[in-house]
Amino acid sequence: MRPVPGSADTAVELTGITKRFPGVVANDDVNIAVTRGHVHAIVGENGAGKSTLMKILYGMQRPDEGSIAVDGTTVSFSSPSDAIEAGVGMVHQHFMLAGNLTVLENVVLGSEPRKNGFLDAGEARRRIEEISSSYGLDVNPDELVEELGVGDRQRVEILKVLYRGAKILILDEPTAVLVPQEVDELFENLRELKSEGLTVIFISHKLDEVLRVADQITVIRRGTTVATVDPAETNARALAELMVGSELPSPETRESTVTDTPMLTVTGLTLRAVDGRPLLEDIGFTIHKGEVLGIAGVEGNGQSELVEAIMGMRRVDGQIRLADEDISGWSTRRRREAGIAYIPEDRHRHGLLLEASLWENRILGHQTQEPNVNGPLIDRKGARRDSQRIVDQYDVRTPSIDVFASALSGGNQQKFIVGREMSGEPVVLIGAHPTRGVDVGAQAAIWDHIRTARREGLAVLLISADLDELIGLSDTIKVVLRGRFVADVDPAHVTPEELGSAMTGAGAKA
Amino acid sequence: MTGRFDPRKILLTLAAPAIAIVFAFIITSLVLLAAGDPIVDTWKTILDVGSQPRSISLIVNSATVFYFSALAVAIGFRMNLFNIGVDGQYRLGVFTAAWVGSLISVPKPLHILVIVFVAMAVSALWAGIAGVLKVTRGVSEVISTIMLNFIATGMIAYFLRQVAVPVSGSNNIGTEPLPASGRLGGISLIPDSPLKIYGFIVVAVLAGIGYSLLLNRTRFGFDLRATGHSETAAVASGVNVKRMIVISMLLSGAVAGLVGMPVLLGEAYSYSLAFPAGLGFTGIAIALLGRNHPVGIAIGALLWAYLDVSGNPLQILVGVSSEIVTIMQGVIVLSVVVAYELVRRYRIAQEQRRVARELTSAPPTPREAQEASA
Repeated sequence: MRPVPGSADTAVELTGITKRFPGVVANDDVNIAVTRGHVHAIVGENGAGKSTLMKILYGMQRPDEGSIAVDGTTVSFSSPSDAIEAGVGMVHQHFMLAGNLTVLENVVLGSEPRKNGFLDAGEARRRIEEISSSYGLDVNPDELVEELGVGDRQRVEILKVLYRGAKILILDEPTAVLVPQEVDELFENLRELKSEGLTVIFISHKLDEVLRVADQITVIRRGTTVATVDPAETNARALAELMVGSELPSPETRESTVTDTPMLTVTGLTLRAVDGRPLLEDIGFTIHKGEVLGIAGVEGNGQSELVEAIMGMRRVDGQIRLADEDISGWSTRRRREAGIAYIPEDRHRHGLLLEASLWENRILGHQTQEPNVNGPLIDRKGARRDSQRIVDQYDVRTPSIDVFASALSGGNQQKFIVGREMSGEPVVLIGAHPTRGVDVGAQAAIWDHIRTARREGLAVLLISADLDELIGLSDTIKVVLRGRFVADVDPAHVTPEELGSAMTGAGAKA
Repeated sequence: MTGRFDPRKILLTLAAPAIAIVFAFIITSLVLLAAGDPIVDTWKTILDVGSQPRSISLIVNSATVFYFSALAVAIGFRMNLFNIGVDGQYRLGVFTAAWVGSLISVPKPLHILVIVFVAMAVSALWAGIAGVLKVTRGVSEVISTIMLNFIATGMIAYFLRQVAVPVSGSNNIGTEPLPASGRLGGISLIPDSPLKIYGFIVVAVLAGIGYSLLLNRTRFGFDLRATGHSETAAVASGVNVKRMIVISMLLSGAVAGLVGMPVLLGEAYSYSLAFPAGLGFTGIAIALLGRNHPVGIAIGALLWAYLDVSGNPLQILVGVSSEIVTIMQGVIVLSVVVAYELVRRYRIAQEQRRVARELTSAPPTPREAQEASA
């Protein structure tokens, strides 16, 4: 497991890296050797210490112990500019681009080639085109960044780093924001970079992707490196078990609990964008008591709009019925009071008040319901007691219910939201990516909670990018593409691969 | 936003204004130095103000007025609404109330209640215009309230000429003075002071308590704060944001209507050209200073009033222009805004660190123990 020290083709070598924060050891004796011209993946659960490690390598933080060697020379970075100097560049998960500037302007920003004190646009363009063509990045330097798609923006970020002379690229969760086709394109780019002799460090927790693209995989668990493996000799399950350190649960639902009582019926739901493009077109389905309806689709094909329409956050044409009642004209609050629970896709935008305490977040979305209120007054005691119950039952790791929601890790925030939404015996759950960002252990617990509620008659609309989750939990799956349902799939007889191709419109039969 | 008593948090909250005041002290001293004015004498004069009973009465009275203004602004702030129009709202309210009050003749408590009600209603409606424009036409409340300030000024000038009578012994004009039944007597609160404190101070205290209860203890207050924290999360939780905007503007305006009351009922008894103006803008500064907290605003209002009052003797006693006080007020507001933001970020980071620390030192949860033994 220990890297061979001083080997000539080692681009980066981390030896015995330890980083302590007050009371916490974020990294403990981390050892990684990255071979030149490799795509080296670093995988681990959320909070395993991947980000801290990369911040150390990129000069944003200093290690307490251990050493970093780049190209065989020991280095000590005190800022990212030192790292860039040494040829280490970072592509952040959240893009740092100015939308109202062109690609060229974004790339050169901060290291502009000058002629007589003015920007030498000709020289900049020449260099950008040279880099772009030699690595197959294919970006137009004159396009405005705000007009680019996510995949193109990411290429601009990569270009930015290459422009500054990086030979070693760190990509932090690069696929988190991409749709499958864009992921393919990114991987093509990475292979191109590799063949030109560049080294890529790829941080991820999506194991199937890592297996596809990496030459070497290092697994981190609880801040330390537990194994470095060859992707040809392992599989996703084995990797996941290394990450968690124990055997994995599976999302499979055992017996069907579907009844004939319709709980949520949607008919003819239609929504158009300002430019007339259909966002939702004639969407219709029925979810019965005890049924989980899964919606499969590449993100951005109408799922968010559908969820917001059902929650009453968007006006749409068509009818929504809850049991026997037409709720199309109801406000969001009335729908929630009627027992529709909502796990939003983006927990920071829609699910939490980050700078409010956990117990106040218990009230959010349930401002008119027991045990949070008493007439027009907030029932602090009730809300606090129930928050504590959620923290205990859903294993939310927090020292108290008085801390800000922002102090919790993403996975724990998600667990709290799930716990909150499952409170008060909802009749329908609209769950968008219910286990997104949650580690494997907590994922299983959330699945259990959903399954238990389903057995007791909960109707669930499940939207997920995790195809295993979708297949494992759903009783029926519908595939959505450009705002329409294009296929019905039986989860008992479908593989993730088949579902994946149906989602892109290939091989799907309407 | 958290309820529990935590000495560390209180200390952090106090750190920001303390830093700001020290910083303002330094900057002001540098200005004095640059102008060649006596630094020590100036500060001595400013500090002396606090020991004179007459000055203390003046401070408390101005602070009462500032308090309403800042409270009105704070209601908007808590929801991310910038009600820049408190100024126009209170002036229009107090003018109308003074005029209506001079026309009617009813028994005492009722007379005062009518005046206060008219002021609050007019101010609320005036602020409500901005709220309705925002939700129906998307007009930024910053722009509309500023414009409404100008319109209010014009309207008051126009209507004052219609209803005014000359104020005796000057070339000032004003509404007919209120009869005795519409006046509110003062309280002798400060010992040895020749001046009485506005009776309306009681309402200020009640308004502060009401504000705190409304925001922290009611569903409405929760919705309002949630909208201020994150509009998207509030919408997803079922808050009707448009309705909240209109209600908050009405509420903010209604409190703005109280701004002119202490002076009208307790001192001036009429609305004249000499009626204090510009109090709405002072309110913005004080709301920032007091972090929209009812006690913080009270302290901010007292500090502001103190500096205002201390400006008067400077010119006479040490020959320093009283504008030095305005400079100090400005520096305090600017630096307090920066300091609060720094403290806020520090607090979030601190809390994240504390959570991480307490979690790692905590004994394993049952599930972890199970995993370990498996």
